[in-house]
Amino acid sequence: MCLAIPARIVDLRGKQAVVDVDGVQRSIQTDLLTGLQVGDYVIVHAGFAIQKWSEQDVAEYRAIMEEMERLDQGLAPEGTDD
Amino acid sequence: MIDKALQNLRQSMRAIGRPVSLMEVCGTHTMAAFRAGLRTLLPADLQLLSGPGCPVCVTPSAYVDQAVELSLKPGIMIATFGDMVRVPGSRSSLEKSRAQGAEVLVVYSPLDALEAARRNPGRQVVFLGVGFETTAPAVAWSIKTAADEGIPNYLVYSAHKTMPPAMNALLQSGESKVDGFLCPGHVSVIIGSRAYGFIAEGFHVPCVVAGFEPLDMLQAIGMLLRQVEKGQAMVENQYRRSVAPEGNITAQKMLAEVFEPGDAAWRGLGMLPGSGLRIRERYAAHDARIAFSLAGPEMLSPEPPGCRCGDVLRGVCTPLECGLYQKDCTPAHPVGACMVSGEGTCAAYYKYEKQAGQQQ
Repeated sequence: MCLAIPARIVDLRGKQAVVDVDGVQRSIQTDLLTGLQVGDYVIVHAGFAIQKWSEQDVAEYRAIMEEMERLDQGLAPEGTDD
Repeated sequence: MIDKALQNLRQSMRAIGRPVSLMEVCGTHTMAAFRAGLRTLLPADLQLLSGPGCPVCVTPSAYVDQAVELSLKPGIMIATFGDMVRVPGSRSSLEKSRAQGAEVLVVYSPLDALEAARRNPGRQVVFLGVGFETTAPAVAWSIKTAADEGIPNYLVYSAHKTMPPAMNALLQSGESKVDGFLCPGHVSVIIGSRAYGFIAEGFHVPCVVAGFEPLDMLQAIGMLLRQVEKGQAMVENQYRRSVAPEGNITAQKMLAEVFEPGDAAWRGLGMLPGSGLRIRERYAAHDARIAFSLAGPEMLSPEPPGCRCGDVLRGVCTPLECGLYQKDCTPAHPVGACMVSGEGTCAAYYKYEKQAGQQQ
């Protein structure tokens, strides 16, 4: 299952990092990326960071999630916005 | 944004003027589409087909049989992602092995399996390597680390597979009518959006790499429909925040260091040359296939009688057209792998179509 939630690096020692996702922290490996720093956002799969997100990417994700909340509160069914 | 995306795709459907079938290759896309109720928002003549992108579902029962047999040997600990535990082989499952006393450890990462090997030097810890390009680099790292650090009791039984050969096989067969592919988001993180060029160019079928949020998927569907409308076929990338054209080069290098392409059998698609990832000879000491003389990933196996998992994985039929669905095959008593996995199409239909039925 692919989890597409950005995880923020809060600690980095060698290739081992601790990331924070909505207040939950876990240890991951960063061997599949280069040039990471504390504060960077990454996508984690099977315990490994597989991609880094820029600030802009995180902002795009947040905008999408806000839109989704609107969807959860009830979206117009098909036909009404034609 | 949602309204705009829906409006765009409805306009495209009107302009196209015929039914359109799009395939979401990735199992996470299948689940996301159901969970968000996307299918109910789409025009009726726009069909979303699920493809062969659920790792557990495409793993043939022969592999499960071998894993079950291995799990019952003394001194063996099987480490696996949770989905595999309940998948029925032709005679038994890892869940049943466990009831018979086998050690079956459910892990979230090959890191946990490697750690289990470190902590249990008296046991052979065998990780079941199931998954696509997204998961395989992590498993490659675990094998390389076991070799570098001298952890001889860590082994991997690889059934890893790569996505482009499966998409190629689907198109070659001409059996499933696909007007466009929603390409898997996190496989593409690793292999890059360029990897689908052969589909757009060779088969003239549009491809759009899609993110996992419902809005991502709607936008990607809209992009596919626009290509269909204009008679174009190219690779577009909706999921730019994660996917680069060239992919993740560091992960690709890790993959190539440990694995090489090999033949692999897929449930539903049969044996596809070069579609598997085989552990290279230099890491043979960590290859469970060699250590325990297990069958290779190219071994074909029959489906359970009546099970149409294979047809579902090719987009030839939906679970509703399978005679076992909901009657003899349920999440509590699954017959086929597509009903077991959290990413399986039959499991998704069961969970969400049933709810929809009850609401009507």
